[in-house]
Amino acid sequence: MTDLDQRPPGGTPVAAATRVNGAELAGEPAAGQCLRTWLRQHDHLEVKKGCDAGDCGACTVLLDGRPVHSCVVPAVRAVGREVTTAAGLGTPEDLHPVQRRFVDAQGFQCGFCTAGFVTTAAALADAEGRVGEDPERLARDFKGNLCRCTGYRSIRDALAGRTNVEAAPAVGGFGCSVGAPAGPRLATGREAFTLDQPGTGVLHMALLQSPRAHARITRLDTAAAEALPGVHLVLTHRDVPDVRYSTARHESRTDDPDDTRMLDDVVRFRGQRVAAVVADDLVTASRALDLLVVEYADLPVVLDPEQARLPGAPLLHPDLDPVTSRVSDPGRNVVAQTHGEVGDVAGALAASAVRVGGTWRTGRVNQAALETHGARGWLDERGVLVVRSSTQVPFLVRDELAHVFGIRPELVRVVAARVGGGFGGKQEMLVEDLVGLAVLRLGAPVQLELTREQQFTLVPGRHPMRVSVELGADADGVLSAMRVDVLTDTGAYGNHAPGVMFHGCHESIALYRCANKRLDAEAVYTNHVPSGAFRGYGLGQVVFAIESALDELAREVGISPFDVRRRNVVVPEDHFVVNGPPDTDLVFGSYGLDECLDLVEASLERDDLPPPPPGWAVGRGMAASMIATIPPRGHHAEATVTMHPDRSVVVAVGSAEFGNGTATVHTQIAAAELDVPVSAVSLVTSDTARTGYDTGAYGSTGSVVAGRAVAHAARSLRSLLDPMEGPLVGPVSATGRHHGSPRSVAFNVHGFVVAVDPGTGEVRVLHSVQAADAGVVINPEQLRGQVEGGVAQGIGSALYEEVVVDDGPGGDGHVTSRVLRDYRLPQIGDVPATEVLLADTYDELGVRGAKSMSEAPYNPVAPALANAVRDALGVRPHELPMSRDRLWRLMQEERS
Amino acid sequence: MDLVEVASWRSASQRSDLVLAAGERVVAGGTWLFSEPQPGTTGLVDLTTLGWDPWQRTGTGLELGATCTVEQLLAMPEDVLGGAAALARACADAFVMSFKIAHTATLGGNVALALPAGAMTSLLVALGATAVVWGPGGDVRRQPVADLVTGARATTLAADEVLRAFEVPAASLAAAYAFRRQSLAPHGRSGVVVTASRPTADAVRLVVSAATTRPVVLALPVEGWRDRLATDLAALDCWYDDAHGATDWRAAMALRLAGEAVAEVLAR
Repeated sequence: MTDLDQRPPGGTPVAAATRVNGAELAGEPAAGQCLRTWLRQHDHLEVKKGCDAGDCGACTVLLDGRPVHSCVVPAVRAVGREVTTAAGLGTPEDLHPVQRRFVDAQGFQCGFCTAGFVTTAAALADAEGRVGEDPERLARDFKGNLCRCTGYRSIRDALAGRTNVEAAPAVGGFGCSVGAPAGPRLATGREAFTLDQPGTGVLHMALLQSPRAHARITRLDTAAAEALPGVHLVLTHRDVPDVRYSTARHESRTDDPDDTRMLDDVVRFRGQRVAAVVADDLVTASRALDLLVVEYADLPVVLDPEQARLPGAPLLHPDLDPVTSRVSDPGRNVVAQTHGEVGDVAGALAASAVRVGGTWRTGRVNQAALETHGARGWLDERGVLVVRSSTQVPFLVRDELAHVFGIRPELVRVVAARVGGGFGGKQEMLVEDLVGLAVLRLGAPVQLELTREQQFTLVPGRHPMRVSVELGADADGVLSAMRVDVLTDTGAYGNHAPGVMFHGCHESIALYRCANKRLDAEAVYTNHVPSGAFRGYGLGQVVFAIESALDELAREVGISPFDVRRRNVVVPEDHFVVNGPPDTDLVFGSYGLDECLDLVEASLERDDLPPPPPGWAVGRGMAASMIATIPPRGHHAEATVTMHPDRSVVVAVGSAEFGNGTATVHTQIAAAELDVPVSAVSLVTSDTARTGYDTGAYGSTGSVVAGRAVAHAARSLRSLLDPMEGPLVGPVSATGRHHGSPRSVAFNVHGFVVAVDPGTGEVRVLHSVQAADAGVVINPEQLRGQVEGGVAQGIGSALYEEVVVDDGPGGDGHVTSRVLRDYRLPQIGDVPATEVLLADTYDELGVRGAKSMSEAPYNPVAPALANAVRDALGVRPHELPMSRDRLWRLMQEERS
Repeated sequence: MDLVEVASWRSASQRSDLVLAAGERVVAGGTWLFSEPQPGTTGLVDLTTLGWDPWQRTGTGLELGATCTVEQLLAMPEDVLGGAAALARACADAFVMSFKIAHTATLGGNVALALPAGAMTSLLVALGATAVVWGPGGDVRRQPVADLVTGARATTLAADEVLRAFEVPAASLAAAYAFRRQSLAPHGRSGVVVTASRPTADAVRLVVSAATTRPVVLALPVEGWRDRLATDLAALDCWYDDAHGATDWRAAMALRLAGEAVAEVLAR
């Protein structure tokens, strides 16, 4: 072999200019800096941070023409080279061919991943911007580009060069697949998300997180950290307002328990915020964290929610007053509970010809929005605290900040730019509080951007649940009794614990007409990372159990799973009953469940499906779900629509756009009501200083509440405009409101044909179909996208995704899966195509007949998949995710 | 992500540049180092500027430079890698990482990182490669890659040692390989990787990785291999437990895939 030891010295580095999109980049990067932050430091804000760990591809740029993940490229290596970002490929007016494909296919929802997809595709595409459509190749080439919203179908369309958006008609456009107004800006990286703001003059905050699962802080010495040059402020439990609140935000702040201090002298989960440092830059702030001296006195830990409510269990919040804090039973770790019965369940079960039952468990799921939580705050010239935040609920955050700081709401302004995905995770106040406090203390702009690791260790995910179900029925499968027992693990704090528990048990049980029902449900504290709001808001977990039990009932009785639903689901005129008096403000504004059942049943009979691999078992399964179109107890929106003399229309509405498509929908509604082209309509949104009040974008309310407010306002404006003669001499405005009551119901039915390898536990989807009862379709492409995105998230929860916690012997419950690659966020190759079918309904309570359809598509996916696996294997899965190792073990247990 | 404690970056151009100061670590091409916080690392020394040849033929086979990238590996002429070319492709595809990282990720970096699912470790152990390790005093030592990787994130490399190259014997390039993998998600991180080859007429060489904390090499007889395989795998005490598969499943999948792989090479 050659002499490896004798190599000529390398050339001396030549100080060549670094060029970004053709322009020289001044200065030198820091030694440990990655290319992503160097570019953003120079205001190349089109380069996004999704994971900062090389997994998601949102930061993809071209380095000398080749795509790289700029978060794992040392910036030093880019010196003297050519960098091209999405903004360098094209402009909204002059799109690169790949960007044109993404706009035409609407290959995005929130759009946070789009710039990275575009740069990656640009390196692979032909001159027309097409990459191709070979699924294996796309799976391979795009495994480093994660999208949480779309389910990838529309992205596959973009890569294949297909067009999904329609040209808008001359006026109106309701019912048309009008493209999202932000499309060209997203594809070129121009749309400013929360923290896409110039970097100068802002201080940065970093958080110290608890290394203990349950402990009292006995010493916290900040002197060394405060003495570090560049450090402006250190915040500890000694510095925060003496106000307990909840990170969860609802229209009524009393929906959630006041159990959280901004910083506490007791930590209750590993990862909890202990202190915050504000410094000139993140590097200095991070160094200062290491200089904080904290000593802890450990407290006993409880991780198992069953044990947490037993006598003698360690208590998380023993000192809270049940009434003032609204924690149901602090002496048992129980945050919320319901125990109730209608009819006589025990008697009915005893008399039932058929009884089935079981206990189901769901795992921890993370919302995994591509944009992490972040906020930047400052004081405006009038001394108002302004917080620009990645929130679904700017008005609720404003009100709670005012509450916590003891100032008038008028002195707080919260603004949401386009939000990079939410899925419930941004219905929490997790960063705005500390940012607000730091701004009020320093009077200077302060920014906090959570890391991806903090999204797993700090941000509340989906509640894990244990759901036991017992059903009784007559010999024809007509239900006589339902007994449901639910236990939810809310973790260390009770944010969303009552809401998720009650909602999860509501439409899931109310879907079925049954004279005898009993529900016992409790949400309990443990020393886990808190749980919170997640798409479906508890329904997914309970629906998984109930729909699995229904499937078992159909098998026992010997009828099809469709027929067992047909015999038992509520129909108009029925009441919605859980374990007490029926709802008073929930009504059938329309009813499409029967159609959904028929559509999916027919689709599952398709005979053109791909054959299973040899030795694999094939199964079919379905599940149904119902959802109220609006959350209960009030959801308010106010919209103002203004016609200007040049016939341009401005819609001011408080609802936030985070990939749900409401920006498009509100534009379409206004255009239709006013008979103007959609291009004439522009929006002012989600800014507490510039729009009327809006409870916020959760519970799928963007269309049915905010949209109705827009429609009311536009109609009122029309009634003012129509009598007028001659050209307008000045702007004319009208305001509309909606208060979220009464509420209607929407339905979803999902069906799967799967092949399962009994030897490995691998599940392959041969066919996936969902029928949605969405009322009148406002925008077919967007609706399809919402359904597909929900299905993809459902498949992720059902098969792949899992936040792993250390619950083993001696474990402290901390999260061990801290990066996306360990979480198994579905990639483009993991998500099959789903056929989307629509019931033909018109909702009397909806906006122009339309219903909500953002959360709902997620809910029936896991049970439909589980029922198909049951059909294939002959043994029923009771636990999510149905990962390969779990299904394989299920088969082993069955055989032994 | 930014490595907040790193204050210096040196681009190595000769061997003497690889003498590391306290807090310094070498950085290769991928770079995994920037994907996680690196407490205690205050300086980086870049190996990719050393100008090492990605590969060269030697009298005894092939020498792969430690800074040879996955892309350069795949771009090698067919006749150089020979029968191992298909295996190299399969291993490269087994990475959870994107091609956008793989085109700069190096063989040495992947081996030194010592992740159980390190696909280049799988490849090099399958090829029976020997690592050439540079010590700080100018010394060179050699160790089979199979022995160099001792556990999850653990190797025999001392803090001041650097992987220089991998020597692949000519016979390994002439062999035919069977490759199998299994993971919890279709394109996720490997939970099990199995390779099999038949170095001699009466022996099968089986390598299990990803399922185990370190690569496991088994020599199986052609006659009676199945029983021996089951016995040898059952005796292993290094099944890996992480988010990418439970140990019982990994052990069962290793046995299943090994059976398939051995049957495939024996059928040739």
